[in-house]
Amino acid sequence: MSSSHALLCLSCRSQLSSKTVAATLLYSTQVRHYATITNAAPKIQNGLLFFRGTHRTMQKWKQHMFCFSDFAKHLATETKEVKLTEELSRTDVVVYESPILPIIDTVSVNERQVPLDLDATDELPALEEISDEEAISITLPAAMPPASTSLRDYIDKSETLSNLVQLGVNLWKLEQRPNVGSMLLRLDYKTDVAPRLLFLKDIGVEDSRLGFIITHNPYILTESLESLHARVNYLKSKNFNSETVASMVSRAPYLLNFSVKRLDNRLGFYQQQLQLSASNTRNIVARLPRLLCGSLEPVKENLKVCKIELGFKENEIQHIVIAVPKVLTANKRKLTQIFDLLHNTMKVPHHLITKFPQVFNTKFLRIRERHLFLEYLGKAQYDPALPSYISLDRLVSLPDETFCTDLASASLEDFYLFQKTI
Amino acid sequence: MATLAVSMFRRLEGLFCVVKPSGVHWKLVRDNVEKNLLKGLNAAPPQSCPQQIRFLRDPGADTETTKSLTLSVASVPVLSKHPLVTGPEFQRIQVGVGHRLDVSSSGVLVLAVGRGNRVLNDLYETRVTRDYTLECEFGSATDDFSDTGRVVERSTYDHITLDKLNKVLAMLQGAHQKALLTYSNVDLRSQEAYELAVQGLLGPEGKSVPILTGLRCVHFQPPNFTLEVQCLNETQKYLRKVVHETGLELRSTAVCKGVRRTRDGLFTLQQALTRHHWTAPHVTRAVQQYYSSKKNKKTRAVADRGDRITTTGGECDEQPSNLNQ
Repeated sequence: MSSSHALLCLSCRSQLSSKTVAATLLYSTQVRHYATITNAAPKIQNGLLFFRGTHRTMQKWKQHMFCFSDFAKHLATETKEVKLTEELSRTDVVVYESPILPIIDTVSVNERQVPLDLDATDELPALEEISDEEAISITLPAAMPPASTSLRDYIDKSETLSNLVQLGVNLWKLEQRPNVGSMLLRLDYKTDVAPRLLFLKDIGVEDSRLGFIITHNPYILTESLESLHARVNYLKSKNFNSETVASMVSRAPYLLNFSVKRLDNRLGFYQQQLQLSASNTRNIVARLPRLLCGSLEPVKENLKVCKIELGFKENEIQHIVIAVPKVLTANKRKLTQIFDLLHNTMKVPHHLITKFPQVFNTKFLRIRERHLFLEYLGKAQYDPALPSYISLDRLVSLPDETFCTDLASASLEDFYLFQKTI
Repeated sequence: MATLAVSMFRRLEGLFCVVKPSGVHWKLVRDNVEKNLLKGLNAAPPQSCPQQIRFLRDPGADTETTKSLTLSVASVPVLSKHPLVTGPEFQRIQVGVGHRLDVSSSGVLVLAVGRGNRVLNDLYETRVTRDYTLECEFGSATDDFSDTGRVVERSTYDHITLDKLNKVLAMLQGAHQKALLTYSNVDLRSQEAYELAVQGLLGPEGKSVPILTGLRCVHFQPPNFTLEVQCLNETQKYLRKVVHETGLELRSTAVCKGVRRTRDGLFTLQQALTRHHWTAPHVTRAVQQYYSSKKNKKTRAVADRGDRITTTGGECDEQPSNLNQ
């Protein structure tokens, strides 16, 4: 049974040097195909065997299977300080069972079976006495499954993952995304992760935001440093100063993943469509950096809604967007709902709404409740020409307490009671 | 040993009611409440990371010549139990909804958390009446009987007086009373039927047509008028249809501007939580209130069964159900 799918490191014992590493796996599963070793087996790097299974159907295994063999390669480089003398051979025979895994990178392998000789006796029995130094140097095999749906099985062994957790990256959220976990396991801390974190620090991002950025955009760790530098230089060439660039990157983690051409395209779009000056464009993009990240179609639709359905003029739209850039990415239904309430029910004219664009940023129910309360009390007066005028910005932005005492001259409990009657 | 979050969850399990705002689907209300409860539960400080003792060899000389036996002890936190790796303690909680309300209605919506869902099921199947307030207007008829539909007909309403309205309502109520008796599945001339009627337990079991057990006009100022309804097995669309039919009976037309549920079984608008109070501490308080009121109700349940003057058909005929607290 096991002859076809078990590998022994018999042939490798002689090649184990003192700098070898033990990364073993004791894992018995029903395996139906051969264990293979590549032709590079005799030239074992650090004493570790690489083996790749045949490419199995990916559909059976969902996104979460983390590839063990690549991770094992990195494990080798991390535990160099563990010395292994020839006493390794005294340990029990280590059986490698090949994992039934989809291996994502398709390397052509030359398959060669290694026959297992079950009758070969151990050279050194397990009951022989050994010295203390040798006892210390025996390392236990790592109890690490070759495939797992969660990163917590690998975090103790992976330098990258432990450092990311200490930075504050939410690994639980990341492992839900397809393929991100495998990607993180494959990264090497010193060569991949650290340079990019240092780059982010250089452009001015605060340490506390690094975790947030990587949680939302782990792919920043796979962007090439030259392109990252190029994009930051492009933004600086457009007269964004360095603090602005740092704050934009902290708030829109995907920003530096986009090519210079795409960033340029978007900046140009906002400048032309809204006919804004360069400094105004810089202003709105600095305040809402995700304008540069998303697609432009929803923005175009929102602009059309504002112009055609809501009936705002060009300069009014400009003013609204400069004051509240979020209108460009807001939900169209919400925009029309709020506008309908303001214009048709509360009878507020266009120019007054333009003066207070922050009404588009609030919850619809909030405006509705407050307006109905004021109407019930007879205080709903939104015309600045008439006495006891209530401005829209105060109506919308004051907290409940202040609204009740200042604008409605009623108590908070009355307001809550009234909400039950509408 | 339960964590803080788990003990908080135990206190949340039960029934409570919220005020559903109009224009919002009931599912959004339920999702919002669930999101807020999860936020409250996961905000409890997590248990600290357990520590693990590890023996590390002294770093330094790394050639094989030095055979030092000194090991240093280090207590390192086990990162696999770190909250950023395991995720939040509560990822989902079961929040169930009782009798639903459609999008344009507002009012009392009963929700249940965790083990309270079983009680909710019993409540849903028991015969409980619900109280509604319907704001209506004479003068037009629409296709979906509400004021936002497409107007089908307009008419005058000067001839309508409160008297005529009351007559029509009484006629409707009589028709529904007859339906109640028909669907209660008892032979009306038997002793059993008499006893049930005395206790106010006449009524349909399970599904039936909507039955209005009580109907009266509380405010009349043409063109607006307000009706108060107690009903069983109803839908909000049916209630709007009743308003439409009332208008037709009065040789005019009427639409329903707003449907508001003021009571669902024992849950009234007074105890209901408004939008600003959909947080874990408020819900805990509401659930405790429900338990204490249930305890009070159990002690005096049998005593005042018969001496309540209610509208026809009786209300609050919920059998005390078992809930292990």
